Amino acid sequence: MNKTWVIVRKDWAEVFKNRFVLFTVAFLPLILTALPLIILYATRSTSDLGGFSSADMPAGFASLCMEMSGGECMQYFIVSQFMLLFMLMPMAIPVTIASYSIVGEKTTRTLEPVLATPVTTFELLAGKALAAAIPAVVVTWLGFAVFAVGARVLSPSPNVAARLLDPLWLIAIFIVGPLLAVAAVSVAVMVSSRANDPRVAEQLSMLVILPLLAAFFGQISGLFFINQTLILWMAAGLVVVDSGLLAFATHIFQRETILTRWK
Amino acid sequence: MIQTEDLTKRFGDILAVDRLTLSVEAGEVFGFLGPNGAGKTTTIRLLTALIAPTSGNAKVAGCKVGQEDGKIRRRVGILTESPGLYDRLSAERNLDFFARLYEVDDVDGQIERYLRMLGLWDRRHEEAGIFSRGMRQKLAIARALLHEPQVLFLDEPTSGLDPEAARLVRDFIGGLKREGRTIFICTHNLDEADRLCDRIAIINTRLLALDTPSALRRQLYERTVVFHLRQAEPRFVHRLQTLSFVRSVREMDNKLVVAIDDPEKHNPTIIRTLVEAGADIQFVGELRRTLEDVYLRLVGMEDGETN
Repeated sequence: MNKTWVIVRKDWAEVFKNRFVLFTVAFLPLILTALPLIILYATRSTSDLGGFSSADMPAGFASLCMEMSGGECMQYFIVSQFMLLFMLMPMAIPVTIASYSIVGEKTTRTLEPVLATPVTTFELLAGKALAAAIPAVVVTWLGFAVFAVGARVLSPSPNVAARLLDPLWLIAIFIVGPLLAVAAVSVAVMVSSRANDPRVAEQLSMLVILPLLAAFFGQISGLFFINQTLILWMAAGLVVVDSGLLAFATHIFQRETILTRWK
Repeated sequence: MIQTEDLTKRFGDILAVDRLTLSVEAGEVFGFLGPNGAGKTTTIRLLTALIAPTSGNAKVAGCKVGQEDGKIRRRVGILTESPGLYDRLSAERNLDFFARLYEVDDVDGQIERYLRMLGLWDRRHEEAGIFSRGMRQKLAIARALLHEPQVLFLDEPTSGLDPEAARLVRDFIGGLKREGRTIFICTHNLDEADRLCDRIAIINTRLLALDTPSALRRQLYERTVVFHLRQAEPRFVHRLQTLSFVRSVREMDNKLVVAIDDPEKHNPTIIRTLVEAGADIQFVGELRRTLEDVYLRLVGMEDGETN
């Protein structure tokens, strides 16, 4: 069996015995899936938003609405903000697990026996990263599946329901989401291998979600809007960034420093 | 099986291991003694390819440290200072993880073999976190043996264990010795080293002595025979001092403490001399120096030199 996968399986067996970790993995998707559905339910009649026209939308967004009515466009605008939150999920969920991965093993003194095995640094870090990223991506996809079904049921407007499942969303959730997860956990594992306290590692690792939060507020304030071109560029850029981050994390992982300098 | 030549490790300005040169033969149980901070754990980490030497060379199981580290890690087993077990995983799951990292062919078979050998088979499904210290140590030893390493490194194998658990672990190491395994033991327990080890190295950053326990005792101390008398008198001492092979004689609480080179040859002469002088001999015995005496003397001499 591939050693990376051996590490993934061990980390899952260990981490998911902790109910609090299970809770942290499940809580955010539950909230972020329920919220847009509640909004769709609350605005299920577009006549509730009938007073709105495309002119009320941020200029860049109105062009995305095309043939939608003003109310539909507003409903789409509100709910589409959650696309970024669905992209945020695979970043935010695994950071806690990933940031603890190396420094946690050091503090419980389980790291030295692992480093004494023939496992390579890349296999170790990739295993740690995947162990954190895969559950986050899976729960994000599950959350999105629930959202997609719920949106069909709750949105009376076929226009809005169709737009919520268009290629832009599908690329965002199924391609960019996992790539963002890998980026986040790579940074978190890197921080974890350099920090000497799990709390410091977690706090520093959480900073990785800041760019996406900035994008969220940028879109709300109308500074820019994520369209298909931008999302494809993001995906391409993330492939490069992820490869670079994993290579860099492997490069800066100092076995000797970890074993001899950390207390 | 292990050869080092001028092996040196520095951490910044701190010299942890200084030009260590030694060799350990296949099938040998080699003890590594020294005070805290003497460089014992650092040496084990160097020889198991966990850290790189600053200078010097070392070969372990036929592989050069620093050049064939992956091969070394495959060929050696290590019991680290702390057992380092995953507390939330069962004993079996702990071993399964390491067996797969070591690419063991028969994972289940090896796990069963060592859990049975160490008396943990019936508790294989229990979490390691609830195990006693002795059981944890045994599980960690099983982990170090799963891939049948050519050399086994044990760092303080009985440290912190109660006497019963320590004896269990010691007996198990004794069993491994009888199987002909090459074992490198770091320990503070001098009695343990004396009983288990074929040869012993005493270090305090640099190598102070290396030999068999009995040879180390001989190097530092003359052989001494104690004659228990009913009543010791100064004339007995004077008579013994006239014998050419007697190096020294001390009278102490009706005992004569006699230093000689070859007690087996000269004891009958001494006994005859004492009886002729009118002494009533009750017992005769050799004063055995412990390894602790040797260790404390060597480390004390080293500290004296340093200061």
